Amino acid sequence: MDEKLNQLKINKNAKQIKAEIISNKKVGPYHHMVFAVGDIALSVRPGNFVAISVGGENSASILRRAFAIYRAIDKGLLGGTVELVVAPHGSGSKWLCSLNVGDFVDLIGPLGTAFGIPTTPANTMLIGGGYGSAPLFALAELLKNRGCRVDMVLGASTASKIYAPLEGKRSVSSLTLSTDDGTAGVHGQITESIPRLIREFNTEVIYSCGPMSMLSSINKIAQDFDLVHQCSVEESMACGIGVCMTCVVPVRVEDEIKMLRTCIDGPVMDGAKIIWDKESAIEAITK
Amino acid sequence: MSTLDFSTKIASKRFSNPIFTASGCASSGQELSQFFQLSEIGAVVTKSIMTKARNGRITPRMAETPSGMLNSIGLQGPGIDVFLERDIPWLVENNAKVIVSIAGENVDEYGVLARRLRSVQGISAIEVNISCPNVENRGQVFACHPDTASAAIESVRRNIGGELPIIAKLSPDVTDIVEIARSVINAGVDGLALINTLLGMVIDLNTMQPKLGGKTGGLSGPAIRPVAVRAIYQVHQMFPNTPIVGMGGVSNGRDALELVLAGASAVSVGTATFGDPTAVIKIRDELQMLLLERGFNDFRDAIGFAHRASS
Ligand SMILES: Cc1cc2nc3c(=O)[nH]c(=O)nc-3n(C[C@H](O)[C@H](O)[C@H](O)COP(=O)(O)OP(=O)(O)OC[C@H]3O[C@@H](n4cnc5c(N)ncnc54)[C@H](O)[C@@H]3O)c2cc1C
Ligand SMILES: Cc1cc2nc3c(=O)[nH]c(=O)nc-3n(C[C@H](O)[C@H](O)[C@H](O)COP(=O)(O)O)c2cc1C
Ligand code: FES
Repeated sequence: MDEKLNQLKINKNAKQIKAEIISNKKVGPYHHMVFAVGDIALSVRPGNFVAISVGGENSASILRRAFAIYRAIDKGLLGGTVELVVAPHGSGSKWLCSLNVGDFVDLIGPLGTAFGIPTTPANTMLIGGGYGSAPLFALAELLKNRGCRVDMVLGASTASKIYAPLEGKRSVSSLTLSTDDGTAGVHGQITESIPRLIREFNTEVIYSCGPMSMLSSINKIAQDFDLVHQCSVEESMACGIGVCMTCVVPVRVEDEIKMLRTCIDGPVMDGAKIIWDKESAIEAITK
Repeated sequence: MSTLDFSTKIASKRFSNPIFTASGCASSGQELSQFFQLSEIGAVVTKSIMTKARNGRITPRMAETPSGMLNSIGLQGPGIDVFLERDIPWLVENNAKVIVSIAGENVDEYGVLARRLRSVQGISAIEVNISCPNVENRGQVFACHPDTASAAIESVRRNIGGELPIIAKLSPDVTDIVEIARSVINAGVDGLALINTLLGMVIDLNTMQPKLGGKTGGLSGPAIRPVAVRAIYQVHQMFPNTPIVGMGGVSNGRDALELVLAGASAVSVGTATFGDPTAVIKIRDELQMLLLERGFNDFRDAIGFAHRASS
């Protein structure tokens, strides 16, 4: 069918459920939270996210909040779980972090696209900024099982903001840390170490997740080295299910620029096709 | 328990129940069909469509506000050709009742769109979104002046011919909404849709600049509901025979009933869908219960009930 007429649908496995919180633990500045989600866990792919209602019944916060899935485990008859790493940021995420085991939330998932996996074993580098590391551990495991080399690079402003649980590290061949204040690993911006590591590990594919400014810098490096770059982007989302058109990014589709919804065509997107620079984006969409 | 006739009419068209989606809040319908059958609701009102494909505005496009949100989408859409080729057939195939919303940059564009839609099968009505900037008049919004509002509607009326009911969607950002309603009724509309969003702004304290890429945005959600109730009440009082599709901040059955009592013949649900994809279904069921509890056995008896002298 003509590309233009393609029916763009939301993740076909997405369901709306009441999910019970079965664990909520503070890990540094984050909360590691586990939700009972039944058979939703079966259809989760690394890169997918969930959208959760916040604030309770009479909340003045009317929009859902998006969180990347850190891990999904299917326990057969016992049902499945989905795990998130939540940073208490504003009122909605703080409310979520304050919930107790046994509380229920209204959750929709799995949503969005997943990281693409190379068809033949490749040397991969997974780069995460802050809680952006969350979806990368499940990806690392999958890549390792497919015979890929996995080098992980995690960065944050300060040591405590690097999320790198022990269990997450077993799938990686190397782990490099970097902090802006030098409290852990390499002193400096995460992107400063990347070119050297790419040469060292003969990286062929880059996966990234973190703040947009970091993704944009990584994309420049990926282009300099002519590498495939799959990134998980983070735009403000009002609905998470494709009906509001607020979450768009400008993307090159054939010879046109289109504003694609990151909740449907993302969050995982081809970095090379995104128009990263704000000025060019404005020019492209207003011409 | 007694039964309720829950059907409603907008001009010549009948709808099985009075709960619709709101334009721009259900995209083209497909996304929501993952959560419920579109034939379960009265109608799907599609995102306002223009002649050409449009990319809309730069991000950020939204800001949450207390019990509401600002949006500045800028009418992003695929353009009428793709819409007719892809979206309408899909909706018809899935047994949805369809109300097509159209938007124009100038008076002629409304006419061109009406002509494209006049012979399309499976459409129940046209909603004319006149809350758009008129490029031929310094970007002034059509809906803000009686002359430009009626000019856009006349352009549709001339080109639509025959059957399809025309619904004019009005902006609450005017001094006297009854005056605007009068002008479009005189221009020949069959119904009114009240209300579109109210213009607002949020300033980000970190950047100390307007938060939205488009600087201003439309306010929607529960925060605007009393404005919607007032607008519907005022217009229904003056024009009780013109059906109104009411909307603005409806998030449960109670809210929907409030708009009906003020004078709405149907209720569109917008922002509530972002928080809950099945909001329309819940609102439909709650409204039905509330009507029965109050002894109504015909939905239409509740329309404008608040205007009756209390005894
Ligand atoms: C695909 C995706 C994955 C994400 N994964 C994670 C994760 O794994 N862990 C985590 O802690 N956070 C994650 N976020 C960010 C998280 O959604 C925001 O921190 C959260 O929405 C903030 O809500 P709030 O009420 O606490 O903050 P407020 O600032 O009060 O939120 C106000 C509004 O802005 C929106 N908003 C604010 N910050 C962001 C943001 N950074 N991204 C998107 N929308 C925002 C909110 O949705 C809300 O509508 C993710 C965001 C996206 C889009
Ligand atoms: C994200 C968004 C997009 C909208 N797009 C349109 C549109 O394309 N055409 C239109 O007539 N109204 C549009 N509206 C307005 C709604 O249809 C509705 O009139 C308004 O939001 C009030 O209802 P609500 O509070 O239930 O959302 C939009 C509203 C929102 C929030
Ligand atoms: S968040 Fe609503 S369309 Fe993506």
